[in-house]
Amino acid sequence: MTAEVRPLCKPAEYKSDIKPVWCPGCGDYHVLMSFTRAFAELGLPPEQIAVISGIGCSSRIPAYTSCYGFHGVHGRSLALAAGLKVARSDLTVVVASGDGDGYSIGGNHFIHACRRNIDMTYVVMDNHIYGMTKGQPSPTTEPEFDTALSPGGTGLRPFHPLVIALASGANFVARAFSGNPNETASIIVEAIRHPGFSFIEILSPCVTFRPDEKAWKDLVHPAPVEATNDPGKASRRIMTDDGFNIGILYRGDRRPYQLHMGQASAELAELEREFET
Amino acid sequence: MTVADGPKIASLADLFAIAYQIEADAVERYTLLAEQMQTHNNPDLVKVFRDLARAEGIHAEEIRRQAGDIDVVVHARKMAKWKKGESPEEADLGAAHYLMTPWHALRLALTSEEQALAFFAHVVETTKDVKVKDMAKEFVEEEAEHVNLVHRLLKKYPRPPESWSQDSDLAIPQE
Amino acid sequence: MGGRTSISVAIVGSGGAGTLTAGGLLLEAANAAGWYGILTRSVGPQIRGGEAAALLRIATEPVDCIADRYDLLVAIDWLNAHRFDAEITLAPTTLVIGDPRGGDAPPSVTAAMAAGARLIDIPMKEMAKAMPNGRANMIALGVTAKLLGIDRNVLSDLLRARFGAKGKAAVEANRIAVDAGYGAAAQIDLGARLDKPKKSTSKRWLISGNEATALGAVRGGIRFAAAYPITPATEILEWLAPNLQQLGGTLLQAEDELASINMIIGASFGGVPALTATSGPGLSLMIEALGLATAAEIPIVVIDVMRGGPSTGIPTKSEQADLNVAIHGLHGDAPHLVLAPQSVADCLFTTQWTVFLAEALQVPAIVLSDQFMGQARVAIERPADVAFIGRRLTATEIAAPYKRYALGGASVSPIAIPGTLGGQYTAEGLTHTERGVPTSGAADHRAQLDKRRDKLDRFDYGNHWATIEGDGEIAVVVWGSLTGAAREAVTQAHADGANVKLVAPRLLWPVRPEQFAAALKGVKRVLVVEQTHSAQFHRYLRAHYDLPKDVHVLHRPGPLTIGPAEIHRAIMDWSS
Repeated sequence: MTAEVRPLCKPAEYKSDIKPVWCPGCGDYHVLMSFTRAFAELGLPPEQIAVISGIGCSSRIPAYTSCYGFHGVHGRSLALAAGLKVARSDLTVVVASGDGDGYSIGGNHFIHACRRNIDMTYVVMDNHIYGMTKGQPSPTTEPEFDTALSPGGTGLRPFHPLVIALASGANFVARAFSGNPNETASIIVEAIRHPGFSFIEILSPCVTFRPDEKAWKDLVHPAPVEATNDPGKASRRIMTDDGFNIGILYRGDRRPYQLHMGQASAELAELEREFET
Repeated sequence: MTVADGPKIASLADLFAIAYQIEADAVERYTLLAEQMQTHNNPDLVKVFRDLARAEGIHAEEIRRQAGDIDVVVHARKMAKWKKGESPEEADLGAAHYLMTPWHALRLALTSEEQALAFFAHVVETTKDVKVKDMAKEFVEEEAEHVNLVHRLLKKYPRPPESWSQDSDLAIPQE
Repeated sequence: MGGRTSISVAIVGSGGAGTLTAGGLLLEAANAAGWYGILTRSVGPQIRGGEAAALLRIATEPVDCIADRYDLLVAIDWLNAHRFDAEITLAPTTLVIGDPRGGDAPPSVTAAMAAGARLIDIPMKEMAKAMPNGRANMIALGVTAKLLGIDRNVLSDLLRARFGAKGKAAVEANRIAVDAGYGAAAQIDLGARLDKPKKSTSKRWLISGNEATALGAVRGGIRFAAAYPITPATEILEWLAPNLQQLGGTLLQAEDELASINMIIGASFGGVPALTATSGPGLSLMIEALGLATAAEIPIVVIDVMRGGPSTGIPTKSEQADLNVAIHGLHGDAPHLVLAPQSVADCLFTTQWTVFLAEALQVPAIVLSDQFMGQARVAIERPADVAFIGRRLTATEIAAPYKRYALGGASVSPIAIPGTLGGQYTAEGLTHTERGVPTSGAADHRAQLDKRRDKLDRFDYGNHWATIEGDGEIAVVVWGSLTGAAREAVTQAHADGANVKLVAPRLLWPVRPEQFAAALKGVKRVLVVEQTHSAQFHRYLRAHYDLPKDVHVLHRPGPLTIGPAEIHRAIMDWSS
């Protein structure tokens, strides 16, 4: 018997025929490109990949790929993805989110997903703003940033997702910049290959509500040192860097979540014996 | 993109493959920009980007023909990518705007062509392979011609007034 | 004097007296002696050391409810026993056994005594102290078993089976205590005698409603569960966690109910039938995602073991007041399934059938169990096997472009399971086209709303949608765990010469107007019975079904259940 060998897909083949509604200039176009390039690099068949998301600009990404996708409710993508991966460990599960979806309404799931360390990759497109609802402050918005909902700024210290991921047990932590799609793609490749829960914070500018973020492309720079497997060292570095350090910052060796679905060891009829008298 | 960041050119096949890939990347990028403009109802720009995509497609085909027996598509796939930045002729997606004018599009195209020119010039300067150097020179000339062409086109489309990005409607909240 | 078909016993105690252990062993002993029975419990708010009551009804036939009055009350002590006054109704014929050193009997007991009830002292604590490792609850067990007429050997065998693992000394200590109880009760007459057990032909089971629910779930095909602990649903999860592993499935403990519902949606999207179990507060947290599962057409099953609400309410006690939120809680027009089991044993059937329906219809389903059914334990005959096993219409040979939400036919469109080549689609909570592409168009919105409604409305649910028994001009319309009490009331009314019909819908949503009308044909009066404060079930019936002019509603919030005698009285008062 000979199995039919399918040629590997090219990046363009991981794109669907659905055209994005993102604003021209949005960093998320680049992220989509990074996804398709990473999937091609990994040589994964599109039907073996599931891209899971919540609500927000970034969460529109699943339908723009030719993979299986789930565009769920706001903030719950990690939970949905956890259920999928535990039930179907054969699939490659990639979760896409944004700073509102992932860090605000989905903040609790973020912590527990890191802790649970299920083998999947979590990509957050962080633009420090709620784009879909017209520019309200998100957990990563700077304290002085003025919006209609927070005149004069929130005055609140921004959330530090990378440090929270480390403290909660994520097994791979990286920061990327959307404007470097090849570099981002290679980080995604590494993240997918790394066992356990991989977290990538992608700085992805919002041209509509944060035109100032166009400057990011001149601010980003490669991380000066190699990734460490020491979470303490990694968090000290991340806590003290300028927020534009790009690259893989931490590669852990924690054992990933184990309780996936497996082989049955008992027949259904055997289970009811405990009720017999 | 920095010219030094690009893939190493060790043979004529490498050069043809990369030249082909640069044009193919440009086609993909202009097509994407045309689609963005379609979605955001900017028909003038749909046409500009489609035209640019078509022109780059023709270039890509020319290179494929020039390469003769070398399968540029297969060869390009084996080659390294631009690690940090993007391929030289990939127009900057971050510079796109839903109200952009043909002038903006041509400015993007100009940057792309200049980057391609710089890349091939860098190959000419750094290669020790005579055949590669000769061929790279040809590409430099072609790209220079493209740069001139974009400059000529820019004369037809003057810089728009400062108000080009004004939209009297507010953004529409979604989801 | 002829024997009785059932006898009701309450055992109360506190501070680690082992009341519930004694109750459990008594049910097992009665079952071993050939009787049937039900055991439920009422407990205080303490995690350990609280007051507890084991409420039993031992019977010659399987029983689904406890009685309105108790024939026997055994108090290991009287500390805080007054808290059970409202739940343990005494009659002038009740025999009360109390420990004179265990405090003063509550006013309810002295009042019953004034009406004729007997109080007999047995110094259980003192007797226990005189024995090596003696336990007062075991003495109480011996007393109760003796009064019910359970053979001493039956109990000895049971103690060996239960405590054998702890060693001979433990078995012996318990046997001595039980024997002392038998001895202490030797001269006491209960005043009522249970008929001899009938010969049982099939296998006997001892099972709780929550266990039956879990077993029904896996029989129906559930292989994935995700949940957050909540009383009184946790036993479902505790049964599923090890047993799903054995079946090749798994249970994932979630960080909250928002996560658990989304986890099961994810697993089911992956092709694995999935379930969560919760109670009212958890169900409220899950509502948004139930809308997602409705829109994305992902089958899931949510078990709500109802407790007193709103808010934290009474976590350990029963109510039927989640009916409104289960049916109407979802935002938007969101057709889904709501079913309710009608007894402990029916938790198995209804859950299994629900899994079948959810999978067949690609829709979320809520099962409304309650604390009474969920935590009650019964001695029953092994429930019959049923053929309802979840089967999903999947897309295999897929022509491009794949239309996940294709219209037409039976409105159930084949679902592609991830991994299937050519079936790639994005499950979508936004209004979408047949392909699943987001749209805000009126026609697409309408078409998909129609599709989701039609697939439920056009399905043939068969006869299981309701229990319909008897005939007559009066119908008792009831649901959930009160069905058993209503059935007994109807049976009693028949014996009293009143013709009464029992109508208990198992499928609450979508409604079945034609079938309901047929069930009420010839009925002139309807007695609605439900455990809610605001008569939610009555309002639901009024909204969706045609009722005769004459409607009487017997409703009360939890935790006081509505017993067969009370329903019977309501029927008879009305029919005379």
